[in-house]
Amino acid sequence: MHMADALLSPAVGGAMWAASAGTIAYCSAKVRRELDDRKVPLMGVLGAFLFAAQMINFAIPATGSSGHLGGGLLLAILLGPYAAFLTIASVLVVQAMLFADGGLLALGCNIFNIGFIPAFVVYPLIYKKLIGNNHSQTRLMIITMISAIAGLQLGPLCVVLETLFSGISSLSFSTFVLLMLPIHLAIGVIEGLVTVAVISFVSKARPDILQCALEARPIGGRPVRSLVLTFLLTALLAGGIVSWFASKNPDGLEWAIAKVTGKEELKGPEQGLHRVLAVLQEKTAFMPDYSFKKPVEPKKIEMKPENEQKKDNGKKLGTTVSGLLGTCMVLALAYLSGSILNNRKRTL
Amino acid sequence: MTSIDGALLDFKRLDQLAQGNTSIHRLDPRAKVLATVVFIVSVISYGKYELTALLPFFLFPVFMVAFGNLPLGYVVKKILLLCPFVLMVGIFNPFIDRVVLVQLGPFGVTGGMISFASIIIRAALTVGISIVLVSVTGFPNICRALERMGMPRVFAVQLLFLHRYIFVLTEEGGRVSRARQLRSFGGKGLGIKTHGSLLGHFLLRTWLRAERIHMAMLARGFAGKFHSRHEYRFGGSEILFLFGWSTLFITFRLYNGSQLLGSFLTGIFP
Repeated sequence: MHMADALLSPAVGGAMWAASAGTIAYCSAKVRRELDDRKVPLMGVLGAFLFAAQMINFAIPATGSSGHLGGGLLLAILLGPYAAFLTIASVLVVQAMLFADGGLLALGCNIFNIGFIPAFVVYPLIYKKLIGNNHSQTRLMIITMISAIAGLQLGPLCVVLETLFSGISSLSFSTFVLLMLPIHLAIGVIEGLVTVAVISFVSKARPDILQCALEARPIGGRPVRSLVLTFLLTALLAGGIVSWFASKNPDGLEWAIAKVTGKEELKGPEQGLHRVLAVLQEKTAFMPDYSFKKPVEPKKIEMKPENEQKKDNGKKLGTTVSGLLGTCMVLALAYLSGSILNNRKRTL
Repeated sequence: MTSIDGALLDFKRLDQLAQGNTSIHRLDPRAKVLATVVFIVSVISYGKYELTALLPFFLFPVFMVAFGNLPLGYVVKKILLLCPFVLMVGIFNPFIDRVVLVQLGPFGVTGGMISFASIIIRAALTVGISIVLVSVTGFPNICRALERMGMPRVFAVQLLFLHRYIFVLTEEGGRVSRARQLRSFGGKGLGIKTHGSLLGHFLLRTWLRAERIHMAMLARGFAGKFHSRHEYRFGGSEILFLFGWSTLFITFRLYNGSQLLGSFLTGIFP
């Protein structure tokens, strides 16, 4: 599920970086100001625990394969959202740098998909909402399960959206979603089972840890609102600026290449036999789901012979739109979680 | 089990490489981090069908490997191992995007093939440079560089902490896993039930360890900051390194290096 640099455009990557960096800054300030400093070594060591735990597999019966813990939700339940977010983000930074698992530019996306979603979307909106004041064992288990699955559906969905807005992959939305979500449903169930097993163990052996985490004070109203606003502005600004630059350069470059090499001549074969063969291939393609292909194909054929100026405008609009859409997606989720946290505080 | 030990060895190797003492190792980490950022942004900002213009960028990782005295085989192997997700997503491009862009004799090169190749090259470049960056700088130094460039202190401390304890806890995790495997017969005891309580015990032990660490740190006067023995300075060679490479990347980005070289050569040999 780790997003890679190769599939990202600078606009989406930059916007997500800005958003994640903002959240890290906010959470750091929060942890330093409010939480006791016992949490600092705890966060560090639990991050390392996550690493080690991910390497210990268990056998999944009747399939011959094995699964392991992801841990985002587990940390959110044990540490609360702020410390959990920082811990997951730090684990992702280490994974990106030392294992090259997910790229450096993609780090913003990964921190959002794997850290922000469980800590600030699933944990406050699903886990805490549902669990209420009734902490019975079965209830805890069912809700943990639901939260794990929800987290592992939302995360991949964000991967799909980020990839689509970047426009490097040719996969259409529906195909990509169909590829990602069912796999992650299975992964989510496994994640849920492991999280339930660990949580139920901890709740029997050290109930105080869970109790402490649940009773942690909800965050104040005003800082959240200002956080959301700052978040909004930074992300919009970053997305807009980066996409503007990104859209400006390639066109200039293409123009230069076209001038230097006269590339248009190379596109000749498109009209002849190859075109016919391509259409034939298209018709006999292995996927019967035709609806997503049809709109893609004619657009591309139209695009090619068009002159450069028109392409310029369309492309620029496209990247700016993608930058802004990515930004809006981040903001919508962030605002949602912020406002609900806010409401929670008022009702308490 | 072997995979845990293997991963740990691999991990330690990366850390050992960072102990080197070449001219690249001695540069201020900030210069290396910033040059890498310019590099990645330049590579990523190309359009979907760009292929030839990406190739000159291999100069930078190759330079770093050569002057940083890194084992090339190790870096290449790590790059090859690490692109499954990229492959999974990119592999569909040739099947979906079938517009022929270039005709090479009887073989039509489609847009999908070009964009797939482009994705692979991007992945190799971006993954490669991050491995190279860590092996010539070292993770703790990168954290300190980021902290000096404005990363919140709490997060920097968190990263340094994590890095220290990964070795300890991964070794412990390896022992736990080995102990379980030695005690299981015919696959019994490897399922989720044992796994849950195994991880639970491991978690609680880690939790207690964190409390002990905290007390030990307080006893030694920890006040929210790790100190480093080596202070870096952003001097002349750093400025030269950063601006030299950044200018080159931006030049590559604006003018297609391969294409220019090609047209230059065809100009010489008409």
